[in-house]
Amino acid sequence: MGSVGAKDVPVLLSPEGLRIDGRRVNELRPIKITAGALKHADGSAFVEWGQNKVMAAVYGPREVHPRHLQQNTKAVIQCKYNMAAFSVDERKRPGLDRRSQEISKVIAEAFESVVFAEEFPRTSIDIYIEVLQANAGTRCAGLVAASVALADAGIPMADLLPAVAVGKAGGAIILDLKKEEDNFGEADLPMALVPQSGRLVLLQMEGHMTREELATALDMGVQGCRGIYEVMKQALRDRYSVAPAPEVPA
Amino acid sequence: MSEEVTAEILTTHVLELASHGQRLDGRGPDEYRKTTVEPGFVTTADGSALVRIGDTAVLSGIKLEPGKPFPDTPNAGVLTTNAELIPLSSPVFEPGPPQPGAIEVSRVVDRAIRAAETIDLTRLCVTPGEKSWVCYVDIHVLDHGGNLIDAAQLAALGALTHATVPAKRFGIAEADYPLEVLHYPVECTFVRLGEAIVVDPTFDEERAAQGRLTVATDETGRIVAMQKGLVGAFSPDDVKATVERAFQHGERMRAIARGGGP
Repeated sequence: MGSVGAKDVPVLLSPEGLRIDGRRVNELRPIKITAGALKHADGSAFVEWGQNKVMAAVYGPREVHPRHLQQNTKAVIQCKYNMAAFSVDERKRPGLDRRSQEISKVIAEAFESVVFAEEFPRTSIDIYIEVLQANAGTRCAGLVAASVALADAGIPMADLLPAVAVGKAGGAIILDLKKEEDNFGEADLPMALVPQSGRLVLLQMEGHMTREELATALDMGVQGCRGIYEVMKQALRDRYSVAPAPEVPA
Repeated sequence: MSEEVTAEILTTHVLELASHGQRLDGRGPDEYRKTTVEPGFVTTADGSALVRIGDTAVLSGIKLEPGKPFPDTPNAGVLTTNAELIPLSSPVFEPGPPQPGAIEVSRVVDRAIRAAETIDLTRLCVTPGEKSWVCYVDIHVLDHGGNLIDAAQLAALGALTHATVPAKRFGIAEADYPLEVLHYPVECTFVRLGEAIVVDPTFDEERAAQGRLTVATDETGRIVAMQKGLVGAFSPDDVKATVERAFQHGERMRAIARGGGP
């Protein structure tokens, strides 16, 4: 996300260890997830996360368009990530750009790792992510929204996919970067976790970190994802009005 | 259970109901679905509004940026309207370049805004022939439950009504100021279902429709734009009666767009 003009670099970390919006280094922005936000999609979710507003819809399993992408042994998972023209400070020209195409690709691949696609051969599961208002971390917000939308659509999966960006700003490793921290910080590392297996299915990085910092960042990101995982599960419980699952004795 | 077969059965049912003055969702022929306008939905926009008409949801965002006036109108700013019928909003939309349907929505909305002189474009001129504001009206359909034109127009009007010119951000003036809205054009769409002409069609009614007619009116009693769409025909008397109904609905819709309340 480019910055508008050359501005003075803000103080990203106070001497007390607080961030530009008063958060601690390992604190998430407020996150609210609404499952089933759209009437006409097979599954949908709306995520409000800090200043981000992201809508996701899932259609399918349905016929594959274009036809030549069809696979005989499993469903193809197609993802379109798109930003509304008015979602950023400087109007974004509508339509596909290289950034959106790359993000669409890595998100689709993340879901291919957890969706039981072999149950629906010769079909397509289409994921649409629309960023309506952006403030850093939109691919993670989009992935979280899409994951809840897939569950809302009743697509069988190994697990939900919580995601968050970790980064480095003001010399510290921080969780869930907001725009200023993304623009003026030293590193950005978005990730998506399969909570049951503890493995990452999306991982990107831009900037510079030492080996030790990366280790800290990964641990912090996994913890962050586990927090988001709870919000995602709660959103689905709220949608389907089921009481919290009873404690199952080990 | 193919989509075409269900569409065919529904169409027969919709037309049968209409012949008895009834509709699928229990509304009367002259009844709109519940309509709400939520201004300021997107804070990154200079103005925005989320409009819901029944289960149709449309979001409009305004962006104002300095640009160059067109050579033939050196004293005026530029207004451009763009509608995206994104595949997120309906199983019938596919990704790709704007389809005729999206182009029709944006052009009909643009025409009403322009013809009603909703905003005074000459006030968007900064330096004649060299610098003027470009006002982008971007319309995003989020949930397609029919009657996109009315929802898109209401969203655009709601967004313009609450828009701010970001003059300070671009170093053009000392402070930002509100974009002045002079007129309030509102579209009102009807479809023919057999002999009946019903207002605010749902998706299924549009699919069954034998002609669609949109009439845009403003608060001064002017008709500022019209559009006949889909296959079908209207008599001149049909048109006159429809215009009267459009004025009555327009009054109420304008209050919703201006106040933001129901």
